[in-house]
Parts: sequence; C-alpha cells; structure tokens
Amino acid sequence: MQLDHKIITNIIASGSKVLDLGCGNGELLDILVRQKNVKVQGIELDEAAIYQCVEKGLSVFHGDIDSGLGEYPDKSFDYVILNQSMQQARKVDFVIQEALRVGRKVIVGFPNFCYMKSRFMFFFQGKAPVTKSLPYHWYDSPNVHFLSVSDFRGYCKDKGIKILKSYYLGDKRLILLWPNLLALNAIFVLEKAD
Amino acid sequence: MKEKKLGIVKEQYFTFAEHPHEMKLESGQFLGPITLAYETYGQLNEEKSNAILVEHAFSGDAHAAGLHHESDKEPGWWDDLIGPGKAIDTDKYFVICSNVIGGCRGSTGPSSINPKTDKEYALDFPVITIADMVKAQKHLIDYLGIKKLLSVIGGSMGGMQVLQWVASYPERVKSAIPIATAAKHSPQQIAFDEVGRQAVMADPNWHEGNYYPKKVKPQRGLSVARMIGHITYMSDKSMEEKFSRRLREKDSTFKFTADFEVEGYLRYRGDSFVKRFDANSYLYITKAMDYFDLSGNKLIPKEKNIDLRFLVIAFKSDWLYPTYQSQDIVRQIKIKGLDATYCEINSTYGHDAFLLEIKEETHLIKYFLAKTFKG
Repeated sequence: MQLDHKIITNIIASGSKVLDLGCGNGELLDILVRQKNVKVQGIELDEAAIYQCVEKGLSVFHGDIDSGLGEYPDKSFDYVILNQSMQQARKVDFVIQEALRVGRKVIVGFPNFCYMKSRFMFFFQGKAPVTKSLPYHWYDSPNVHFLSVSDFRGYCKDKGIKILKSYYLGDKRLILLWPNLLALNAIFVLEKAD
Repeated sequence: MKEKKLGIVKEQYFTFAEHPHEMKLESGQFLGPITLAYETYGQLNEEKSNAILVEHAFSGDAHAAGLHHESDKEPGWWDDLIGPGKAIDTDKYFVICSNVIGGCRGSTGPSSINPKTDKEYALDFPVITIADMVKAQKHLIDYLGIKKLLSVIGGSMGGMQVLQWVASYPERVKSAIPIATAAKHSPQQIAFDEVGRQAVMADPNWHEGNYYPKKVKPQRGLSVARMIGHITYMSDKSMEEKFSRRLREKDSTFKFTADFEVEGYLRYRGDSFVKRFDANSYLYITKAMDYFDLSGNKLIPKEKNIDLRFLVIAFKSDWLYPTYQSQDIVRQIKIKGLDATYCEINSTYGHDAFLLEIKEETHLIKYFLAKTFKG
C-alpha cells in the first residue's frame, strides 16, 4: 500500500462517513471501505476515473471540487479528504473552508515544494523542480499552487485552522526531522477552530 | 463462442381498475378499466429481489429487448443493454417494461375504446401525468407480487418516470437510474412540445381529435412534430457528421424537394413515425412531460426514512436535457445525504446518446446494479 494511503487509513475511525475530494480511481476509498467499513462518497473530474470507481462499487460525483460542496449541510461527514488534490484546486482557500464546514475533520495531503531536491534544482540548476512528489514538467502540471510545509502551517495560523496532527513523508517512511527540507509530501489533519 | 441472445419475447397484457374501481388520476378524474401492455425477460428469483423495471422514453413501448418473430429486422429499443450478459443481465435479473398509459402501443390511451361510448376516447381521454403513468405501473408490480424493485431505470421521459417512482413509492425501490432527464420540464422543453402539438392540431385531418371514425390521420401534422423532435435529439456536431451538406442526388434540383440528406432523413423519420404512433397520444404524452415537476425538494419525500441508491447519467452534448438538469437532480440527492453516483458522458450524439453510448452506459449500469444487488 502507498505510504500516504496507509497513514490516512490509520487516521480514519471505523464506521465513519468520508468524502474524498479528487478521489481519482478510488484506490484510497476502496481501501477505506474494505478495512474500515466506512461510508464513502467521492468527487472526481476525470471521466475514465469515474468508471474505475463505479467498477469498485464506489459512489462518485463527476465534477470539479471547486464548485462541489454547497448542497451539503454542515458536518455531513466525519472526514473530508483532500489528498494530492488541494494544490490543483483553483479556489483553494474556498475549497478548504468548505471542506471544514461539511466535515468534522479534514485531511489534506500535498507535495512539499521546498523539499531538498527542489531547492537544489532551483538554486543550482536554475530549473523548475521535478521530484518524486512533483513529477510534472512546467507545461504538463495539473498543479496550480506550489507550497511548502511552512507555507501551509502559516496559512492555518492566519485562518485560525486547528492542526490536530501532521505527518511528513519521505520516499518510503516518515520523516521526523526538518520536514520542510526533507519531506516529499505532508499530511495534515485539520479542524475548524471554535 | 456464439453470443447468447434473448430470443423470442412475448407481449403480455394486464387489466385492472375495472368499474367501480377506476384509478384516480392526478387531475382528480378517474380512468378505468386500464390495460397495460408489458414484456418481461429473465426469471424472477424466489425472494423476488431481482426485478428491474425499465421505463421507455416518449415514443417507446413495452418491447425493450429481444424479437417478437424470428423474421423481425429490429430487436426491442434497448436490446443493446438488455439481455444475457449485457448491462441489464437477464441471466441475473428479471426485467419488466410496460407501455405507458396515454400511449398507443397496447396500453390504454386516447385511441382505446371508451367503455362508456364504445367508441375511441379521442379527447374524452383524461389528461394524464407522469405520476399517473407510474401509479398504473405500481398496479402491475403489485400484480407480479414484487415488494421492492431492485432498480428502476430509464432515459428521457423514462428518466422522469424513474424519478417519479422515487417520489411516489420510495419504499418500493432499492435503486434508481435516471438517464438524460430532468426533475422538471424547462420552458424550452415545453415550447418544443407545444410546437409539436400545434403542428398536429393544425392538420385539417385532426378533426378536434375525432379522426378515428373518419379513417384519416393527421399525418402531415404528426410528421412535422416528429421532425422537430428529431432535430432536438441530435447535436450540431452529430448532424454535421451524419449529413453535413451532402445532397441526395448529384445536383441541386432548385425545387422544394428534399435535396439535402438531412431533409430526406427528417421526412423519412416523420413518415415512419406516423405509421406507428397515434397523434392524440402525441398530445397527451407531451402534455404529461410538460406538467412534470419534481424540482426544489419534491423528489425525495421528507417524512420517510429512505434508503435508496442513485446512478444519474447525463451527456455533454445533450441540449434538450442539458447536464445542468441532471446536476439539479444530483443536488437534491446530496441535500438528503443519499448515496449517489453521477457521470457526465463525453458524447457528441446529443440527447440520442442514451440509446447510442452503449459501452459507457453498460460499464456504469452493470457495476452499479451488481453492487446494489449484493447490498
């Protein structure tokens, strides 16, 4: 299992209700259904990915996450997941706020732009970084926001969002030291401050 | 390996609402006796838990799949989706399809004999609604001894009936698959229907609906109505691909004959429709669609504890039932927190896509039904 999927699966309590924004082919939701017996709903933009979700027996809405959550009453879900999709949302602040409204907890996972190798490519090679967590070239990247672990912590502080837990991911294992420099990806568990 | 086929199927009839038990309609009027023409495919299991009701679109009928005779050129209208090993797998499921009331394909409609007068109803036939069509189907489902349908599925007007099942009898359906449809008819849809009705009624052979004893039919009017319909079922792109500006003969005639292929196609479609469809049924059924409105929060009844799954399918190039209308349906489902899947298929066929995008629909419907059946 992918490291990020493993971490998120461990976070989520059995029997809860989960909304996955940008659920892709439904791999994570499928794991959650089978291991945690959760009730899941996905939202995904890619038509081919929708077919793969339906094949797995998952419920999924075809649409973009920028315009998706208005209908859901407050706290409709125990968890809203934004794994590797947050940095692709155009109205990212709006999406996070909406996720915090409809979910009791929000789990975000994103690539760390200030990972060591990125800094190296940028500083010494004078090139836009291409890394394991940011594998795209400038011309084919679906990402529209580029942020670091520190950037995201700053954002949460500014917006009064409570960080319940944070995980920093290397290639194969968790990073415990200097995450803004050494982490490829980060996962945060968030909650709306009262 | 030889492909398994459904083979020869038979139309059946079910009559109910005999005097004095006429069925009350939404308008407050009563209708009876009512006959429904229907077909079934596959076997009902012992628990009666594998029944799927297929709803036909505006001009469809109970003959959804298979052949009536070995010599039939065309199978039922959704044969691509219904049969052994297909999306609606008749090896697993028991499939029912019935002709709507108000229709002219075996079920009671304006061309049926009014028992009070021993003549065709014509315009004495009461105005019916989608809710009335579904109410009549519920009598059939009761008669077949089915407590809960595994799924109700249909496109266009068939999709409206699917939604109406949810609104009227939510406890009788386990899942719903509305395709290329809307929770309400928009002014544009009503407008197209009205133009069609005016074309029929402007035909001198219509005789205020009493054309049956005169042995004539408002053919021109009904044909024009159908031609308009066919334009709305296609997309600009599908028409370009199908006809472009191609001529039927080598040269232009400089006369008002059907020079262009698209003209010939529409005339052919209009003419063949007149042969199989009753003009008064055209009026009644389009009116039923126009009255349809389950918008706002009317789709899912409030008071009941409803456990129901949805698969909503729309097509990008469908401008008669645009995707925003399917999204409105999805919005109502989301508010109620019900389980739903929505897919917008990237098709160029326009509204006709629900009869043509077989591969995509098969994938979605097959797995959705399997999951619903498994629980």
